[in-house]
Amino acid sequence: MRERAYDIVIVGSGAGGGTVAQELAPLCRDGVRIAVLERGPRLREDEFSGREIEMAQALYEDGGGFLTADRSMTLAMGIGYGGSTTVYTGTSIIAPQRVIRGWNVPGLEPEEIERRSRKFMDQNNVHLLEEALINENNQLFVRGCRRLGYDVQQFPVNVKGCRGASLCNLGCPNQAKQGTDRVQLPRAEQAGVEVVTRCEALRLEERAVIARVTARPDGGKGEPASWEPGDYRIRAKIVVACAGAVNSPALLLRSRLPVSLARLGHGFTCHPALILVGQHERPITNFVGHPKSYFLDQFAESDGFILETCMYFPFTTAKSLSGFGAAHSTFMKAFSRLQMILVLACDHTDPHNRVTVDRRGRPVVHYGFTPAVKSALAHGTLTAARIFFAAGAQRVHVPAATTPLVERRDAERLEGIVDERLFRPGSVTVSAAHLQGGCGMGLGPQDSVTDAFGRVHGLPWLFVADASLFPDSVEINPYLTIMALADRAAERIRRDAGELLN
Amino acid sequence: MFQAVVRTVVPEAEELDPAAWDDLEGLVSESLRDRPPELLRGLRLFLRLVEWAPLFRFGRRFTRLDRDRRARFLAGLQTSRSDLLRVGFWGLRTLALLGYYGREPAAESIGYRPDPRGWEARG
Repeated sequence: MRERAYDIVIVGSGAGGGTVAQELAPLCRDGVRIAVLERGPRLREDEFSGREIEMAQALYEDGGGFLTADRSMTLAMGIGYGGSTTVYTGTSIIAPQRVIRGWNVPGLEPEEIERRSRKFMDQNNVHLLEEALINENNQLFVRGCRRLGYDVQQFPVNVKGCRGASLCNLGCPNQAKQGTDRVQLPRAEQAGVEVVTRCEALRLEERAVIARVTARPDGGKGEPASWEPGDYRIRAKIVVACAGAVNSPALLLRSRLPVSLARLGHGFTCHPALILVGQHERPITNFVGHPKSYFLDQFAESDGFILETCMYFPFTTAKSLSGFGAAHSTFMKAFSRLQMILVLACDHTDPHNRVTVDRRGRPVVHYGFTPAVKSALAHGTLTAARIFFAAGAQRVHVPAATTPLVERRDAERLEGIVDERLFRPGSVTVSAAHLQGGCGMGLGPQDSVTDAFGRVHGLPWLFVADASLFPDSVEINPYLTIMALADRAAERIRRDAGELLN
Repeated sequence: MFQAVVRTVVPEAEELDPAAWDDLEGLVSESLRDRPPELLRGLRLFLRLVEWAPLFRFGRRFTRLDRDRRARFLAGLQTSRSDLLRVGFWGLRTLALLGYYGREPAAESIGYRPDPRGWEARG
């Protein structure tokens, strides 16, 4: 095993890792050596082809189809330089005050999250897209919501020079999205931070990371790793786990840490989501323009769901429609006339929903739909169906219904159409991309894994700075909150650097 | 066997030529390349079950059934009371859709023609 030594090692380069790298980078001026270990590759700009399967294989763990233990849901986890920030849509929302207060983390106030979130909104060019760039898929959502009297809102997004390729979730071919791959990581590297791609953290030891660097596979995308392939023991005075809500808990679970962390892996939430599709009479602009420009969150508190505009690719769309055969094909052939809405359930922590590892150390996500989640998905589906029809759709596909196709003439009889019993493994395609929890913040080892600054209880050298810190779901798109918490953790590390690095 | 499932899930697959089948199966193989061995074992077993189970209901293997009976058999799996059968079919259906709609010609045939130039490409 080869040996390397750094002062600080950051595991992961997404919203958490990229932020920590940038915020700690000034320490490099004082001779502090910092490395970021990223499991995935660093793609060249010309490698973002927009081809669905090819890009999903390159930029997502398991091609975006990581399965939960009972196979009831797939989880999307970005890998590669920039992590999930290369494959999100850049929607930038500050966490609701009631959510942060509800987390009840000592010393963590909503005002602080807002202040830190605004810092990254400025850095990453967050703004509202001008009206001329909004496509009909989004306009129809607004029209439907307004006709029904709903309080629809526009998403601020972090794009610069967006051409409307509508390929955000496959990595922007124009590098318009301002994720950590475009903003924080380049700044960190310029300041002296080393980013090692194709480097997977296998486990932690006392002030060390055991990692494996792999060679670029034949025909694979991305630049080769800067280190020789092989296993490494990387000594570090400080380790910051930023591998996300599945892989950070899994990394800690695989490691023989000299502390008891009863809450490790617990508290996993993910905003389970359904893709709903409405068919219009005429073609609309749907796969051109930013795909996610509006949302509706007025039912988040009362009914536990959020609706967002979305536009997915042929395979993802086909998978989301129930059934098969001629009826399924007929909907797919109407692709240019399809409007899409994403229904997200604001799930909450449940004792059964957690991350463990199997005997080989691979992460296993146990997740069951609670009655509250089923109810939220059902209510969200109904609301979305009403919006489709109010926007003029001719028919709507309701995946969790015994008869999924609902014609316009039946629009008045939507109540009761959703069968909650169908939210069971193998019946409806449910997926999640907002993975949270597993290393929750709190007061002490009885209720949490880390303190309010992401420091693991009992291990002063080990921090966590990603969505796994969330004690409960954030009920909005999470990346800004991840960056805010990572910023907070980095500030604490900087403050304590004198003590920790000596 | 897998081709028979794809033809039932996506009737348009009947029109595919051998090169298109190669592309389709190549995409499926690639997507399964790094999956856990137990998942792949389960998938192989399930394919065998799909091939032989119709013998009890229709007196023929899946690949010997006509299109209508194949569809009826798969629909039974889809709505089965058994989690194992439903999940198995969901996985098989997902792979069939991935292979079929993951190909550029299929995407184009349904009118999906994305362009990195976005709005500019629309003129």
